[in-house]
This record gives sequence, structure tokens and C-alpha cells, in this order.
Amino acid sequence: MRVVVQDQPFDFGAEAEAFASGRHDMGAVVTFTGIVRDFGGGGLDAMEIEHYPGMTQKALKKIAGEAVDRWSLGDALVIHRFGRMEPGEKIMMVATAAPHRKDAFEAAEYLMDYLKSRAPFWKKEHAASGDTDWVAAKDEDEDALTRW
Amino acid sequence: MNVLYFAWVRERIGLPKETIETNAATVADLVSELRAKEERYEMAFSDLSALRVAVDQELTDFDASLDGAREVAFFPPMTGG
Repeated sequence: MRVVVQDQPFDFGAEAEAFASGRHDMGAVVTFTGIVRDFGGGGLDAMEIEHYPGMTQKALKKIAGEAVDRWSLGDALVIHRFGRMEPGEKIMMVATAAPHRKDAFEAAEYLMDYLKSRAPFWKKEHAASGDTDWVAAKDEDEDALTRW
Repeated sequence: MNVLYFAWVRERIGLPKETIETNAATVADLVSELRAKEERYEMAFSDLSALRVAVDQELTDFDASLDGAREVAFFPPMTGG
């Protein structure tokens, strides 16, 4: 299990390839990456992500550890960036490895649901107009946790 | 005790971190003390349903005890992923 919190970009392809390589007992690897999305017409200049150094790593390890235990994963990877990112840049990725695909998919969804609402990151949008706005948490993100 | 603020809570209060002398028994007691300090704290803590709290870097709730706690952080609901 590996958890990385960094301000620098990461190489999604290289990370996915490294994660999937050399496994003989894991039949399924699922990867997900989240990308800064413009809200249309070039309205978004950048996304700024603040985090809680000290707590972030611990919270992510706890979430990933729970996923590994619950779905008997062979391995799990979480990479999450902080700082300023432009539309199109990758914010984060998760990868899960399991003997069968159902577990790998479910564990990846669990990781994403918990990462959204239980890891100490906060997004701030910088609009091209110069306005800034903290992204509000959505009720449906909190509700998504109840299915687990 | 170290008190940390993140996101718009940090912006409203105007600083990321401060050390506070307190005998507050619970997070709620600490919030009451902070609210009484200055208008900007009153503004930041006016709606507790919009806030989350961590004690010693573990998420908890406003009833949590501060016995032995070294660090308390206040922030809005998280928006990672």
C-alpha cells in the first residue's frame, strides 16, 4: 500500500504501469484519476487545493488500509496533489489490485467516496473573471458513504 | 493548545494557526471561548453545522473532550478527490 501527497504533477501512465506490473496472483487492477474540470467556456483559471499537513497522510492511510482489509486487496495506491492546478491537470489517482475485478472496482469506489468527504482537502476555484470560491461539499457525497 | 484553521475558516479568522491558553473541557467549550474573543471568530463559528473539527488530527465532533489534546483544527466539510 502506498499513499503519496505532493504538490508536483505525477505521471499517471507510469504509475499505473508500475502498479500493474509483476503481479501473478492479482487478476484485476482498477485505476481512477480525477482531473481539474473547467466549468465551461474557459471560465475556470485554476483550482487551488489546500490540505492539512500531518493529518492528510494519516487519513489517507486509514482509508486505504480499510479498503485493503475489506476487499482483501493485494495492493492499493493513492496519490493526491495539493496547490494550484489548471484545467486538464490530474488532481489525484487511486489504483487497486485484487484477484477478481468486482473487488477491485468496489474498493476503488470506496476509496473515492471516502477520499472526497473524509480526507482533509479543500478546493478553491479561481475563475477567469478573478472571482474565487471555495467548493461546497455536496450532500450526495456525504450520502454516498452510507452505502458502505 | 494549538488551534488550526483551514479554507474559509482560516480566511475569516485571518490566520492559519494560533496557540491558545484554555481550560476548555470540550470542543464546544473552546468554540464558546473563541466566539467571545472577537467579531471575526463569531462570524467564523456562527453556524457549527457548516464546520468540522479534528482533535489531534482525528475527525471528531463538537462534544469531544479536550482532555490531553494538543491540537484542534476547525474547517469546512472536506472536498477532496
